[in-house]
Amino acid sequence: MAIFPPKARVWWNEPVQKTELIWIAVAFVWGLVMFFTMIFWHSVGEQNLSNETYKISPEAFSAKVDAMIEQYQVGEEGDTGIPVVRPPADSDVYMLARLWEWYPVLELEKGRKYRLHLASLDWQHGFSLQPENINLQVHPNYEMVLTVEPTTAGVFSVVCNEFCGIGHHQMVGRIRVVENQ
Amino acid sequence: MATAADFRICNHTGLKVYATTESLIKANAVAAVVSLAVGGLLGLLVALTRWPAVHLLPAETFYQVLTAHGTDVLLLWILFFEVAVLYFASSVLLGCRLAMPKVAWLAFILMVGGGILANIAILQGNSSVMFTSYPPMQADPNFYLGLIVFAVGALVAVFVFFGTLVVAKDEKTYQGSVPLVTFGAITAAIIAVFTIASGAVILIPTYFWSLGWLANIDTLVYKIVWWGMGHSSQQINVSAHVAVWYAIAALVLGAKPLSEKVSRAAFLLYILFLQLASAHHLLVEPGVSSEWKIFNTSYAMYLAVLGSMIHGMTVPGSIEAAQRRKGLNKGLFEWLRKAPWDNPAFSGMFMSLVMFGFLGGISGVVMGTEQINLIMHNTIYVPGHFHATVVTGTTLAFMAVTYLLIPLIFRRQIMMKKLAQWQPYLFGLGAMGISLFMMGAGTLGVPRRHWDITFADAAMSIDLPATAFLMMGLNGLSAILAAIGGVVFIIIVVASVFFGKKMEKDTVMWPKLANIKEEAAAVATYGSEEHAKIPGTVVLVAVFFVSFVLYYFINWKYLAEVWPLR
Ligand code: HEM
Ligand SMILES: [Cu+2]
Ligand SMILES: [Cu+2]
Repeated sequence: MAIFPPKARVWWNEPVQKTELIWIAVAFVWGLVMFFTMIFWHSVGEQNLSNETYKISPEAFSAKVDAMIEQYQVGEEGDTGIPVVRPPADSDVYMLARLWEWYPVLELEKGRKYRLHLASLDWQHGFSLQPENINLQVHPNYEMVLTVEPTTAGVFSVVCNEFCGIGHHQMVGRIRVVENQ
Repeated sequence: MATAADFRICNHTGLKVYATTESLIKANAVAAVVSLAVGGLLGLLVALTRWPAVHLLPAETFYQVLTAHGTDVLLLWILFFEVAVLYFASSVLLGCRLAMPKVAWLAFILMVGGGILANIAILQGNSSVMFTSYPPMQADPNFYLGLIVFAVGALVAVFVFFGTLVVAKDEKTYQGSVPLVTFGAITAAIIAVFTIASGAVILIPTYFWSLGWLANIDTLVYKIVWWGMGHSSQQINVSAHVAVWYAIAALVLGAKPLSEKVSRAAFLLYILFLQLASAHHLLVEPGVSSEWKIFNTSYAMYLAVLGSMIHGMTVPGSIEAAQRRKGLNKGLFEWLRKAPWDNPAFSGMFMSLVMFGFLGGISGVVMGTEQINLIMHNTIYVPGHFHATVVTGTTLAFMAVTYLLIPLIFRRQIMMKKLAQWQPYLFGLGAMGISLFMMGAGTLGVPRRHWDITFADAAMSIDLPATAFLMMGLNGLSAILAAIGGVVFIIIVVASVFFGKKMEKDTVMWPKLANIKEEAAAVATYGSEEHAKIPGTVVLVAVFFVSFVLYYFINWKYLAEVWPLR
């Protein structure tokens, strides 16, 4: 019984049930399948993180964002005063996280690729693109770069899903995806 | 040296119980239950706030209460109870005195002091940083100090446990190897040492940083080391509650392991691989390579998962074998249908087993898959998953074994037996609801740790799907059910411990136990169950496996539908 010592001093010699052996084999093979599926997806799947990351100071990242806004601003988001920028397709686009906003609003073209740079100027934040439900962790001092390809047109929201203080639930942002003209 | 007078022989199990051990088990169990009462109530407040139609607490209080909920239940309730389990599995099961009782009391005082200090810091309002306390968000120094003192206390208790094993060996109070349950407890304790060491490595510098002695803490390094603690502490829980499953199966049904070798090897897998598997908390973090993530979540995690899948067969299998030995042989499931479902120790244990596997286990592996994590990270799916592991799994198992601890260790009869029969179902169903509905809401994009998913005060409007709101409402309803189950548990425990009739020599034990005392005398109860047929378990395991595979690939399909990114 499990609350008493085993019969043999050397429990390693106790008998094993055949059903147990079969289950162990099945579970082990299943582990291998899951392992190779991840690797397989890196070559075949379209959703993989590049893990391209740079160390960057908040000031330097902020300067890059400002430069992009300077060059490509096309308007403002409603009456929020937040700039809307429309950089060319296949270019680098930047979004910063800070207490408590995602900045600026990006306007992207459907079906084109963009190198999206994400970093925080202060605390950690959670980039959560809705309704796609793509979620990335954003750190201060780390610039994460990934290539995205919006495949659907429409208005997408960015929510913050890493707790970042009392304004956490007000921290939102936007990505607009437009059909190419 | 302890004298015979310091021991009593339990007339229900034949176990030799050392008086000081008994007091320490009681003290730790009481502290655990108090933490659960406080923390569970806070959980209800959180869930009612996250129910959009109710939206109970104001924002600031919500984040404060959420921090306290995580700290009180995940750290205090679970660890106090685990210390009680460790003392039981060493001193009581091996029939020896407890090593260093004074040190064990010191451990207890440190844990209580640390827990209170952390709670005071949270209560004062400057430490609403969640129990993960990711920098650069900073809490009051006393918050970190409280956690450190608590952890040191837990570490000391673990060493008392190891010391007790040495005592038992020296004084030859048992023959051969330690029992399987003790083996599981040793697993938990070894992992605990690693866990607490990681915790010290990260929390001590963080404490210095909060005092201004250190200029900054790297956010990524913090997370990597913090999860060395945060993840492996969950493995302590798994080892401990699996040990509790085996213990309840043995005490209530007289179940023997199918094979000592397989069950012990499965515990060994935990020691060898679990603590490495912290990368699944960092799958969408910048600056972490795919190679490391895949290595860490597959080699390290899947071999540990293998351990759990093995227990997933051997625990119900040992129950089936024991039941069939008693002649419940009709068809595939007579053994299960005629199991003691009105015995709260058994019903709680069996629900814990099923829900831990089906809900917690499957969702954990799926969410811990490198790419799939993209569509789940930090959504409320995450709390959905771990309420399945740590509430329907660990908490329910610990509640179940409490129904045995009260008569056997506190030596009081359980009061309100009818209510006690219902309690595991109430709590289990409610906890299952919160797990499932939070997971559902997470797949629809609802963020975790979030006060307002209507985004009423935000600069831009955001509409989450109506189903997401429905899920959060159902979550609130389930939370009420779980809270009722929790309150009933607390009432029964408090009433029985303080006002229950004393267990006398001839009191009939309730919940009913197997005939352990007589059986223990016969050699037949030792060792593995030999040549047992377990067709019912095979069917259960097959259903589990098919669900697992289907759910796994469905999520790859969901992933394939989102924007390409690399
Ligand atoms: C009546 C029972 C319980 C209810 C209704 C409940 C409900 C909840 C809810 C709604 C959340 C918030 C999710 C979010 O907003 O992110 C939460 C968080 C959490 N719960 Fe529970 N819970 C209960 C019991 C427990 C128990 C027994 C444990 C541990 C053993 C536990 C561990 C946690 C943890 C660790 C968190 C995360 C806190 C954080 O994100 O910092 N809960 N719970
Ligand atoms: Cu944020
Ligand atoms: Cu946030």
